[in-house]
Amino acid sequence: MMRGLKKWRLFGLAAALMAFLAACGEEQISTLQPAGQVAEDQFDLLLLSTGVMVFVIIVVSIIYVLAIIKFRRKKVGEDVIPEQVEGSKRLEFIWTAIPIAIVLFLAVPTVAVTYQLADVDDMGVVDAEGTPASVTVDVTAKLYWWEFAYPDLGIVTAQELVVPTDEPVYFNLTAADVKHSFWVPSIGGKTDANTDGVNTFYLTFDEESADLEDGVFYGKCAELCGPSHALMDFKVKALDEAEFQAWVAAMQESTGEAEGELAQEGQELFEQSCIACHATSGAGTTGGIAPNLATFGDRNRIAGYLPHSEENLKKWISEPQEYKPGNLMPDPGSLPGREGEAFSEEELDALAAYLFGLTVEDDM
Amino acid sequence: MDINKQYSAQTWPDHPETATLEGKNKFVGFWLFLGGETVLFATLFATYLALKDKGPSGMEITASQLFELPLVFIMTMLLLTSSLTSVYAMFHMRSYNFRAMQAWMAVTVLLGAAFLGFEIYEFNHYVHEFGFTYGHSAFSSAFYTLVGTHGLHVAIGLGWFILLMIRNAKRGLNLYNASKFYTISLYWHFIDVVWVFIFTVVYLMGVVG
Amino acid sequence: MSSTAQAQKKGFGATLWDYLTTVDHKKIAILYLVSGGFFFVVGGIEAMLIRIQLAVPANDFVSAGVYNQIMTMHGTTMIFLAAMPLLFAFMNAVVPLQIGARDVAFPFLNSLGFWLFFFGGVFLNLSWFLGGAPDAGWTSYASLAIASGGHGVDFYALGLQISGAGTLIAGINFLVTIINMRAPGMTYMRMPMFTWTTFIASALILFAFPPLTVGLFFLILDRMFFANFFAVEMGGNTIIWEHLFWIFGHPEVYILVLPAFGIFSEIFAIFSRKRLFGYSALVFATILIGFYGFMVWAHHMFTTGLGATANAIFAVATMAIAVPTGVKIFNWLLTIWGGNISFSTPMLYALGFIPSFVAGGVTGVMQAVAPLDYQLHDSYFIVAHFHYVIVGGVVLALLGGLHLYWPKMFGTMLSEKLGKITFALFFFGFHATFFIQHFLGLLGMPRRVYTFVGDQGWDLYNLISSVGAAFMALGVITLVINIIMTSVKNERVGNDPWEDGRTLEWAIPSPPPFYNFKQTPLVRGLDTYWIEKMEGNPEGMTYAEPIGDIHMPNNSIIPFIMSAGLFVAAFGALYFIDGDKAWPLPVLALGLLITLGSMAARSLKDDLGYHIHKEDLLKEGGQPGGH
Ligand code: HEA
Ligand code: HEA
Ligand code: HEC
Ligand code: CUA
Ligand SMILES: [Cu+2]
Repeated sequence: MMRGLKKWRLFGLAAALMAFLAACGEEQISTLQPAGQVAEDQFDLLLLSTGVMVFVIIVVSIIYVLAIIKFRRKKVGEDVIPEQVEGSKRLEFIWTAIPIAIVLFLAVPTVAVTYQLADVDDMGVVDAEGTPASVTVDVTAKLYWWEFAYPDLGIVTAQELVVPTDEPVYFNLTAADVKHSFWVPSIGGKTDANTDGVNTFYLTFDEESADLEDGVFYGKCAELCGPSHALMDFKVKALDEAEFQAWVAAMQESTGEAEGELAQEGQELFEQSCIACHATSGAGTTGGIAPNLATFGDRNRIAGYLPHSEENLKKWISEPQEYKPGNLMPDPGSLPGREGEAFSEEELDALAAYLFGLTVEDDM
Repeated sequence: MDINKQYSAQTWPDHPETATLEGKNKFVGFWLFLGGETVLFATLFATYLALKDKGPSGMEITASQLFELPLVFIMTMLLLTSSLTSVYAMFHMRSYNFRAMQAWMAVTVLLGAAFLGFEIYEFNHYVHEFGFTYGHSAFSSAFYTLVGTHGLHVAIGLGWFILLMIRNAKRGLNLYNASKFYTISLYWHFIDVVWVFIFTVVYLMGVVG
Repeated sequence: MSSTAQAQKKGFGATLWDYLTTVDHKKIAILYLVSGGFFFVVGGIEAMLIRIQLAVPANDFVSAGVYNQIMTMHGTTMIFLAAMPLLFAFMNAVVPLQIGARDVAFPFLNSLGFWLFFFGGVFLNLSWFLGGAPDAGWTSYASLAIASGGHGVDFYALGLQISGAGTLIAGINFLVTIINMRAPGMTYMRMPMFTWTTFIASALILFAFPPLTVGLFFLILDRMFFANFFAVEMGGNTIIWEHLFWIFGHPEVYILVLPAFGIFSEIFAIFSRKRLFGYSALVFATILIGFYGFMVWAHHMFTTGLGATANAIFAVATMAIAVPTGVKIFNWLLTIWGGNISFSTPMLYALGFIPSFVAGGVTGVMQAVAPLDYQLHDSYFIVAHFHYVIVGGVVLALLGGLHLYWPKMFGTMLSEKLGKITFALFFFGFHATFFIQHFLGLLGMPRRVYTFVGDQGWDLYNLISSVGAAFMALGVITLVINIIMTSVKNERVGNDPWEDGRTLEWAIPSPPPFYNFKQTPLVRGLDTYWIEKMEGNPEGMTYAEPIGDIHMPNNSIIPFIMSAGLFVAAFGALYFIDGDKAWPLPVLALGLLITLGSMAARSLKDDLGYHIHKEDLLKEGGQPGGH
């Protein structure tokens, strides 16, 4: 009796929670607030299957609660020996047939959407002039950061993916070291970045990210990849078509040259110690071992997850292992030209001035 | 069961290997074990097929260049024959002819040992002629692991045969050891069957390309 | 005579020796219970550390590297070293009795299986003290497992290899026992449900463990012996590992849950005083679940990139498992329907199981919707799903089974009052911990994260989850208190302490004499003991034979030594790759020599057992223990 009630209360609670959550999950990261066609399809499947499952649970619960209430020993009698029923062919048939029907009902949209989401036929299709009709991004997952290359556009960026809204964007996904997985919950489900071979898929971004709290969607690495797996975040900026084109143009022109005295000092330091790994131009000509910093000033986070402040940048440069255990950026002392020496406060100021000055959005 | 009970060809049961509960258990248990072994080899075969000819970029060695059928054919014949001789051994076990059984088992062991000798020669040849070491490529790892696991089974089988023959040399047949002889011969047939698959999948299909 | 009473008489050394050498399935059951229970507490403490770390955002209770070790060891320990051995404990304690056998088919191998599991588990856990535990997840995906530094993953591969061999042996043993050792009249369709599920689970072990064995060998060979199975730059392929692991891994979850179903089937029948409804349908559904279990492994790999066709096929195949599982659920419901339900502690667990498991099962079916799984995969939704089925299914069965079979195993009755408190705490804590995790997953929280940034909408839910886990811990502690108090009180009980026992194990003393049945019973139908009881047979059994000599196997220390040899060898293999020490190779050889030597000793020495003579049996009790 008691437990029956408890169970019903649980369902009430579940329903209330559902409503509560839909209103209040963080829209930049919740699968319950889809902002793209893929995530919407998946959300619809979630609603459909949840509905089916709630139905199943209700049926089971009704029988269960009734059985417990009606046939408890207090009511039936201490010494009663019930009839030893063997079974029932008809009942067996019913509870085999109905679940089969339910499963078939669920199987149809499952198969349909599976094929639909795997449809990348239009990837790389070119128009009459030979320009690609859609954007293709080559994503390479590395310990613990993301590289986004746009081969058709000749630009490379990292940590923050920039895409146009309202058109399918195609992805080639691979991993450089160990397996990772690419996931932007509010835009669409995940795809693994394997070390062997390339996975292709598409996503559609239906909302401009500028309206979001931080101006970005949140992306996650969803496959255990080492100590800093939890911190292997990235961000997505979805721009409307015109803005996107402007961004691309600005990227193509960006050179990574500093403006201002302090920043130039920073650039010198950078070229001495950092350029071997980090590129600073939109074309991504140098480096490649580490995130391209051409858009560093535009970014939302440092190293994917730290708030984008000068203080954090200095902390990061001084002690990268402290903030992302196991990542591949060396401590200042072991950088080229440092000979074991950490950066002084002035040097850090200079580097920060230089890096925060690396922006393309100002030129858009 | 009394281990010292003496039998004659007349009183000896038709199926001595399953005449006792222990024997029956061993019989069923060993068949099940071979079921598990089958899955094990199936997994190794699948891996081999997935990794066949796969190596670092620019790898030159492929199955069709590596394998030479004549040698492998001789090995196959040796092992097939040994399976037959182990059948003879079992035939004599059933008809309570201990000495003939031991003799045929000895022949089986010799054939098996010859097979193993050729296999060692073959591996050695690949390593020294082609530099096809275990760590050469994914292909080499998969090849040596599949064929080597089989070879290890052969070696274990030989050791088992020999141990049984020595242990029972003075004792003769009884219901206690009949099921032991039976299981080893079952095991030997299994090894033989696996080899037939290796011969086909690895060597024949390898040479064909 | 009870084992505790014996212990008092025998002195510690003799008891220890007795347990090291025993081949008696009832004592081996106790060994499994104690070591499985120990590992359950270890895995549980690891779970608590996980929940403490994740209680608040940006926590630094443990570091990233250590978290990954704890998380990996929690999953590995719970699955391989806690849940399976605990199930083996009940299988060993109960199945031979249920089918009216004197022991399992291979008592010696039974002991060997246990010691292999034990040494494998100890080896795995020694990693904590020898440079760090494995940290690539219990799934140990190849690219990360190969890249993982230190020896953690080597401990994982070698430890699981050893304990896996033990599991395989145990599986074969149960299969043969059930095929060959059933008492006269015990046809397959008269076998108790727990025996049936043990049978099918053992068959799954037989076919599922070899792929794991092979996968682990590849991992060992790649990491320690220069092979290239998973080295992509050498032509290797990491997806092979994923396939091998899940071809094992999916059946594994049914290996866990089928025996749990068996325990619940017994409980439902006993505590509703009613025959299992639709027994033959239940049997058929069990077989079908076992069969389907091998067809669906790729549902763990929907996001790997196998292609739409593979995903679609595996999605639909996976959903199909809902059908036979549903058949079981409804048959249990109809078993209690029309029964006379007593809310004893074991029954509370069984009743708690139904809604919990159905909730976990249906989220499984949601994950089978492949495109939806792209969202759910590797998120906390998955964590919620599998703890609902594992804790809500398997662990509840283990706790229920513990209360149910405690009197049969130890001859005393656990306190009902404390039992109910344990249930309440654990059950509440379980739902509080894991229900909320579904939403964490949907809100975008990936699994296997050692920390999370605040203000992503997850903070409160994680805290709730952690508080729930504390309740589970309180429940477990109550259980431990219960066990201690019961053992101290030591109030003996009779054959059928629950009074409504239906199967043969309840027809003989608690605990049973070491030879189980003085006379082999004759089985005249399903629920043998119930039939006899209802017909007023005071003996509780019809006998198939007159009293006669009983043949018993000898105790042996060889299984212990054989397993210890592999344990030693594993250290050699493990440190071989370092290349800076001279001893690993000799140690490897020495270990293998110990194992092979004791194996040879075993086959060279005839072990014919001994007989308990009729006269001693008539004197009642005979003489306990082996020789
Ligand atoms: C005891 C263990 C156990 C059990 C019994 C199950 C049972 C099921 N599991 Fe679960 N599963 C795990 C343990 C288990 N699982 C684990 C440990 C993982 C994660 C591993 C890892 O990644 O670490 C996992 C992961 C997992 C995945 C992969 C998710 C991912 O990583 O992306 C999937 C996907 O299909 C899945 C599906 C199912 C299904 C369909 C069932 C079905 O068997 C459930 C069937 C039961 C019911 C459906 C309820 C009763 C039925 C009815 C009342 C009838 C009517 C119902 C309908 C018609 C729907 N499971
Ligand atoms: C049988 C299997 C099993 C069981 C029973 C459990 C039980 C529990 N699990 Fe586990 N879990 C797994 C199998 C299991 N788990 C697996 C396979 C994984 C995946 C790992 C991976 O990703 O690789 C996982 C992962 C996993 C995670 C996700 C980690 C991550 O992704 O980062 C979490 C987080 O909450 C969790 C929590 C718990 C909790 C709170 C319990 C509780 O139910 C535990 C209850 C037990 C106790 C509370 C005992 C406590 C004991 C004491 C407090 C001491 C008292 C003792 C004395 C007085 C002597 N588990
Ligand atoms: C050996 C290569 C290497 C060198 C040299 C190096 N870095 Fe890095 N750096 C990395 C890697 C790898 C990352 C990505 C870390 C991660 O997120 O896991 C990184 C990340 C960063 C980031 C964060 C990037 C982002 O997009 O948020 C900054 C800023 C940075 N480095 C600055 C520097 C500066 C300044 C120097 C020189 C003083 C430097 N790096 C030298 C490898 C290097
Ligand atoms: Cu990359 Cu997790
Ligand atoms: Cu599964």
